[in-house]
Amino acid sequence: MAQLPFIAAIDAGIHQEMRRDTSVLYFGQNLATTENHPFVAAFGHERVRVTPISETAEIGIAIGAAMAGLRPVVELYMAEFMLVAMDQVVNEAPRFRYMSGGQVKVPLVLKAGFGFAAGWAGQHTGSLTAMFMGVPGLKVVVPSTAADAKGLMATAIRDDNPVVFLHHYLLTLEHGEVPDGEHLVPFGKAEIRRAGGDVTVVATGWMVNRALAAATKLAGEGIQAEVIDPRTVAPLDLETILGSVAKTGRLVLVDQAPRHATVAGIIAGDVAEHGFGSLKAPIIQVTARDATVPYSEPLEAYVIPDEQRIIAAVRGVLENRR
Amino acid sequence: MSVQALNAERQIWVYKQMLRIREFEESVKRSFTEHPGVIRGHTHLADGAEASIVGSLVHFRLGDALLATYRCHGYPLVLGSDPKAMMAEIYGRADGLCKGLGGSMHLTDVAHGFLGTSGIVGAGIPHAAGVAWAAQIRKRGEVVLSFFGDGAAKQGAFHETLNIASLWKLPVVFVMENNGYNVVTLTAQEDANAAAGEPLAIKAKAYAMPGVTVDGGDPLAVHETVGEAIERARAGGGPTLVESKVYRLSAHGNLIAPPGVPLHYPEHEAIAVFGRRDEYEAALRGDPVPRFRGTLVSGGVLSSRKADEIKVEVAAEMSAAVAFALKSPFPRLESALENVYA
Repeated sequence: MAQLPFIAAIDAGIHQEMRRDTSVLYFGQNLATTENHPFVAAFGHERVRVTPISETAEIGIAIGAAMAGLRPVVELYMAEFMLVAMDQVVNEAPRFRYMSGGQVKVPLVLKAGFGFAAGWAGQHTGSLTAMFMGVPGLKVVVPSTAADAKGLMATAIRDDNPVVFLHHYLLTLEHGEVPDGEHLVPFGKAEIRRAGGDVTVVATGWMVNRALAAATKLAGEGIQAEVIDPRTVAPLDLETILGSVAKTGRLVLVDQAPRHATVAGIIAGDVAEHGFGSLKAPIIQVTARDATVPYSEPLEAYVIPDEQRIIAAVRGVLENRR
Repeated sequence: MSVQALNAERQIWVYKQMLRIREFEESVKRSFTEHPGVIRGHTHLADGAEASIVGSLVHFRLGDALLATYRCHGYPLVLGSDPKAMMAEIYGRADGLCKGLGGSMHLTDVAHGFLGTSGIVGAGIPHAAGVAWAAQIRKRGEVVLSFFGDGAAKQGAFHETLNIASLWKLPVVFVMENNGYNVVTLTAQEDANAAAGEPLAIKAKAYAMPGVTVDGGDPLAVHETVGEAIERARAGGGPTLVESKVYRLSAHGNLIAPPGVPLHYPEHEAIAVFGRRDEYEAALRGDPVPRFRGTLVSGGVLSSRKADEIKVEVAAEMSAAVAFALKSPFPRLESALENVYA
């Protein structure tokens, strides 16, 4: 075990797989421009390349390379940059295996940060996870710890499908214990970050930290919240969530995206359909307020879900009122 | 570099492949009237582009790859795909090349080097470059052919990809089939180079790669031009943009209509939209299939009798494909949920 910042853990995952498998490529903008770049030094320019600011071509080239048997990892930096190339992400990469009747595989990883609520204003702060999770053929990964960042990246690279790997920018320098050597975290297996019997709280990315902080405060009032981090939203481990709701009878969903663009809404629908009998109170969703993320600090904080809103939602769901 | 001329036997092979494409496309077109409802959605035919397709593919070797667009019936026929499986795919049947999951716009036959198509204009161009990156890494002298239309040259994907392909010297040849129309828009109405009277191949200059224009109605000229580009790519010289001028003899696609309305092929846009009957009739007179037959017969390469025999043989092959596809069952319903993930 080593204490590593989140961002170094992701790199460790990529490095681990590039060393293990010569078919793994890593490329993107402003990457590998000198021989001293650690990935260039280790793997050479054949497999590690800088690209122009051409997201459509970057992702499209990754699709072609994947169809030809390689395993590209595209460094996209920000989830919004995928919007420039949305056709390649949602209407090219996940379609080819299906439309060809299973003749091709498209194993690639689109690595992008998201949710940078640190004064980045309206165009670099989005929480776009839900945009990708419903696309058949895509897998979507949202790690919240450094260890998962490494292990989920390694699993993403080994996966035979296109994977959108979304890492939260506010977690970039969060340190955590990361296993040395080969480390893989399975897809579709949620992690219970904190056990509790009174209420189930589901959150992804940075919202996991806020949910855990809220749970700590609530524990002081004698309320035991169970905090679940799905880790991958496609596939989604609904079983763990439904199992927890069967125990607690209460569900609070925390999501950094605006009200109608959330993973929370999808989970709420599934739990209402498959776990209605367990629910003792209506589900409460704590989401961003419906606005573009503002620049000014107090406004930004007002729009994005915080500890207080999570605590209020938990109290609300326990008092069985909305 | 010079490309070796094709001997008589290969020239006859080229003619036969052209005829196979034409006959296949005619069979598809006839299906709309002879078997109404069997073909759904939108179907795009390659008639008129046969010489360009076959001339380009003479050079195709095992290990090379091809990616194309929704107008994709011609290429796999030449590469060796079974027309029965192709027609079954177009009819949405279990024996289809893609198990009925792709249809006319998404024919794919990996075993024959045809890696697939995108139905989104221009979107497949970067895929070809990605396959070419893999070929560059493998160092086996493999090349990738990327086929697309003139309309795609206005997409960002085209420009972004040509830049990177040239920068990285990827072994890819970009074959732009310029048929003069972007659906129902004239090229000069939507392309600055065309409006200025320039060939579209001039776009290559922006990306420091050769750009050449060729008569896509002449398979031997295409063979030579694309052949040079392929030799250059195989030798590590990087990509080329080939503008192959063709005339699409059918409308862009069949009628777009909701279910219940019988589908058919409308008249070509030259007549239906622009009232240019003369232009269309001139294109028919220049039809590359009879034109190449004339060249071969008058050059003594092929006798009229042999040419007729080939035509009969090809017609039988394609009518067998139709019969096969009509008999093929629909896929099992559960197969709709297979192949979503690998």
